[in-house]
Amino acid sequence: MSNGAETVLQFKGRMITVTILRLLAPGPEAVAAALDERFRDAPGLLSGLPTVLDLEALGEAPSGLDLKALQDLLRARGVPLIGLRDSGEAVRRLAAVGGLPVLKLDGGREVPRQESGSAARTASQAPTGSSQTLVVTQPVRSGQQVYARGGDLVLTAAVSAGAEVLADGHIHAYGPLRGRAMAGVVGDTGARIFCRRLDCEMVAIAGRYRLSEQITDAEREGPVQVRLEGDSLVIERL
Amino acid sequence: MAKIVVVTSGKGGVGKTTTSAAISTGLARAGHRTAVVDFDVGLRNLDLIMGVERRVVYDFVNVINGDANLKQTLIRDKRVDGLYILPASQTRDKDALTTEGVERVLNELSEDFDYIICDSPAGIERGALMAAYFADEAIVVTNPEVSSVRDSDRILGILSSKTRHAEQGNGPIPGRLLLTRYSPERVARGEMLSVEDVQEILAVDLLGVIPESRAVLNASNAGTPVILDEDSDAGQAYADAAARFLGEEREHRFLDVPRKGLFGRLFGS
Repeated sequence: MSNGAETVLQFKGRMITVTILRLLAPGPEAVAAALDERFRDAPGLLSGLPTVLDLEALGEAPSGLDLKALQDLLRARGVPLIGLRDSGEAVRRLAAVGGLPVLKLDGGREVPRQESGSAARTASQAPTGSSQTLVVTQPVRSGQQVYARGGDLVLTAAVSAGAEVLADGHIHAYGPLRGRAMAGVVGDTGARIFCRRLDCEMVAIAGRYRLSEQITDAEREGPVQVRLEGDSLVIERL
Repeated sequence: MAKIVVVTSGKGGVGKTTTSAAISTGLARAGHRTAVVDFDVGLRNLDLIMGVERRVVYDFVNVINGDANLKQTLIRDKRVDGLYILPASQTRDKDALTTEGVERVLNELSEDFDYIICDSPAGIERGALMAAYFADEAIVVTNPEVSSVRDSDRILGILSSKTRHAEQGNGPIPGRLLLTRYSPERVARGEMLSVEDVQEILAVDLLGVIPESRAVLNASNAGTPVILDEDSDAGQAYADAAARFLGEEREHRFLDVPRKGLFGRLFGS
């Protein structure tokens, strides 16, 4: 009897960030063309990120949608489709036919998805000439959060224990860095964290993290950069 | 127009009320008309520390609700000219502090006083937010230990965004650190954070360091602001802090272990 279910499997809860792809027109050809155009500007935009298809804007039209063709064209572009957003009976029926789960996406917060690679930046921001880099000169105190959406984060004052600093791109900390630092939060695996001394409670790049207790005293010393090599975080002296 | 100063800390029991009483007394003694307001509705203490508990008729909440006017409610200090106490209500809770009500009372006080010292309750809830919201300047009271320092850091963050000053786009209000219950002996033994450690973490200007002292508890029990105990180290340190608050340059004292004289060394007192 001791050989119960728990030795065979375990259930665990986990939060993930999903990309919601809202379709505004049903035709697969038009969708394919529009996707290709977006990918030209931002090659890594959706690749590898779990994506949920939202058909709400199509009203009653989804019943006539060629879901199979859509699935194929997304797969061909490296976009993993994990389900349909529950927006009514028509969508539920379509999902049942296509063998896809229907996901309720209530609560949570939607953020516009932007590519943080350099290609996107030069393409989309060249006209305005303004940079997406966020420069913070005030201390980031315990309980505060600073997020550089779509770009880098430069910190000239201290980041206290209990504070959180996040960036879609790199993080550069010139003051003490004692809080949590997360770079590449929408999945840019090329993002890095640069600091003069690594006293963080946690460092993370594209979701891969190290906690303070997993950082050795030797690794904390001196100017340091944190980057991702394959699937593991590398902390190295500059 | 009065300058509104919040005395705050996040953590409880670090010496906010002692500091509010001492600093307001110091400012009044220097000739500035000063009102000290107890924002700790429901857990009123300032009246005890100031020794006016038997003269409380009306309170802050009565004024907010229009049951009494300021003139009836303010308690005049009998020791120092120009010092007035606005006690908190003991029977109500912090929800009685409406933004409009607090603003109206502070505006009215502003017409008559040079300084308004707001004695904040502990925590980061309504009472503390209201005490800080209208402030022009902050004194952050911290004990030299990690939990107090972290709470002060949190409060400094709140001060930088949740004040009227900040919401109007004028940036954070200036905040200064007052380190209380400081024991150089324990710092030397590594049991307590040093002034430098705390300043390094909080990165704010230092208003003063108040040594751990029996005089503080004695003064509380007697209902006399400790700044009036001019023979005590804590009283002198508060006097220095009040003078610095008014712009005077004074060297920080009581930071080092006092060297024992021959007598002390012989008898190991």
